Amino acid sequence: MSKENVCFERLKNGIVTENPTFVQMLGMCPTLAVTTSAINGVGMGLTTMVILTLSNFMISILRKLIPDKVRIPAYIVVIASFVTVVQFVLQAYLPELNKALGLYIPLIVVNCIILGRAEAYASKNKPLPSIMDGLGMGFGFTIGLTVMGSIREILGAGSIFGYEFLEKLNNFINENASQGVKDFMESQGLFEPIGIFVFAPGAFIVLAFVVAFINHRNIKKAAKTGDKAKLLEIHDCASCELECAKRTEPMKKTSPGMQSLNDELDKLEKTVEEMKDLEKKGASAMADSAASKAESEVKQA
Amino acid sequence: MNIFIIMVSASLVSNVILSQFLGICPFLGVSKKVSTAAGMGGAVIFVMTISSAVTSVVYYYVLLPLSLDYLNTIVFILVIAALVQFVEMFLKKVVPSLYKALGVYLPLITTNCAVLGIAIKNVQDGLNILESVINGMFSAVGFAIAIIIMAGIREKLENNDQIPESFKGAPIVLLTAGLMSIAFMGLQGLIR
Repeated sequence: MSKENVCFERLKNGIVTENPTFVQMLGMCPTLAVTTSAINGVGMGLTTMVILTLSNFMISILRKLIPDKVRIPAYIVVIASFVTVVQFVLQAYLPELNKALGLYIPLIVVNCIILGRAEAYASKNKPLPSIMDGLGMGFGFTIGLTVMGSIREILGAGSIFGYEFLEKLNNFINENASQGVKDFMESQGLFEPIGIFVFAPGAFIVLAFVVAFINHRNIKKAAKTGDKAKLLEIHDCASCELECAKRTEPMKKTSPGMQSLNDELDKLEKTVEEMKDLEKKGASAMADSAASKAESEVKQA
Repeated sequence: MNIFIIMVSASLVSNVILSQFLGICPFLGVSKKVSTAAGMGGAVIFVMTISSAVTSVVYYYVLLPLSLDYLNTIVFILVIAALVQFVEMFLKKVVPSLYKALGVYLPLITTNCAVLGIAIKNVQDGLNILESVINGMFSAVGFAIAIIIMAGIREKLENNDQIPESFKGAPIVLLTAGLMSIAFMGLQGLIR
């Protein structure tokens, strides 16, 4: 692939193919927490994008200097430094956004999208594609947050990007509509904003419906082609380190702690599968197997 | 601030997960079984209590005297990461039984945003060291309460085949979390 192609492909990959919110479901904390309005979503998304791009660039430059064993702490230091810088820039130039996002700006450090991209892409590729990767992923994340923020703002406050369309609409109807419509409006009322959507529960509920919608589309698409539908899964964020390491270089790079964890998980999965099998086979089969086991034991003895 | 108010407020009223959205990932990812959820909850209580103590000591006795308090994000994340590693080694050597119960979950906690979030919040709210420890501990208790309730509900959900295909998996869990969050909003009347 030529240079332009790689860069374009990276952008598309971040925004569509591997969209962090809608496909990978990463970075759920900010997705739920700061999307009380569309503008906050955009602000958080762009802040994350800037940090992601800068850290990808820096890590890509340093990728040959960072020893393999301490790479995760090294990435965290790089990311945390950029977060601190960006936090001060926001405090100085966009104090309102800084106030609205509050605690969630320093928490960008532990946003697994950033560490994940550092581990999966920037640590293995040249600076330019890494920058484009950061831009693509960041923009994809921004889109996700903006969609969430817009839905919550429309439903919860009756406005979008601060534009109070609901009030304007009501005024418009009151001024221009015929008597019949006005009577209807008085008895029924137009859509009332549902306050709960800008509070904490609304975040969970809106995200649930967004994910269900995506699942629905995937199922429909899969039914057409006859494949098995791919349902969205929640990653355990902390394991995204694992996830990335697994995807790229199976088991090689994981630290011993992580590896034991992986083993543990595998074991658990296996036992669950075995249990399911047993349940399917039913009691009779179990009795059979027990009988055969006993027989073999007798033989061994 | 009154210690008792901090306890109630941290664990119930402003629950880390259901009203502050910190630590959503383990909440959704490790809540399939009550036993694992309880293990995770225990590990978080353990780490969060220690990390709250250590970070606030570092803040008040190292960063403030050197007027380096603007570096708190970097310092805290490094302190927490090192601390988790250290706790893991310590438990392995000294209290193997506890390590057996919590060890698997410890590496998961380094990137748990609740731990860093509470450490930063302690400092931002100007809590002193004792208050920080109490706040950290009871925030973690709130985490444990929420994740265990969630795991209990999810175990029941497993057997439910009435869920529409597209709501299976993540969406139904998120909806459940939404309902739990509404229930916890009711507790806001406890303080004020």
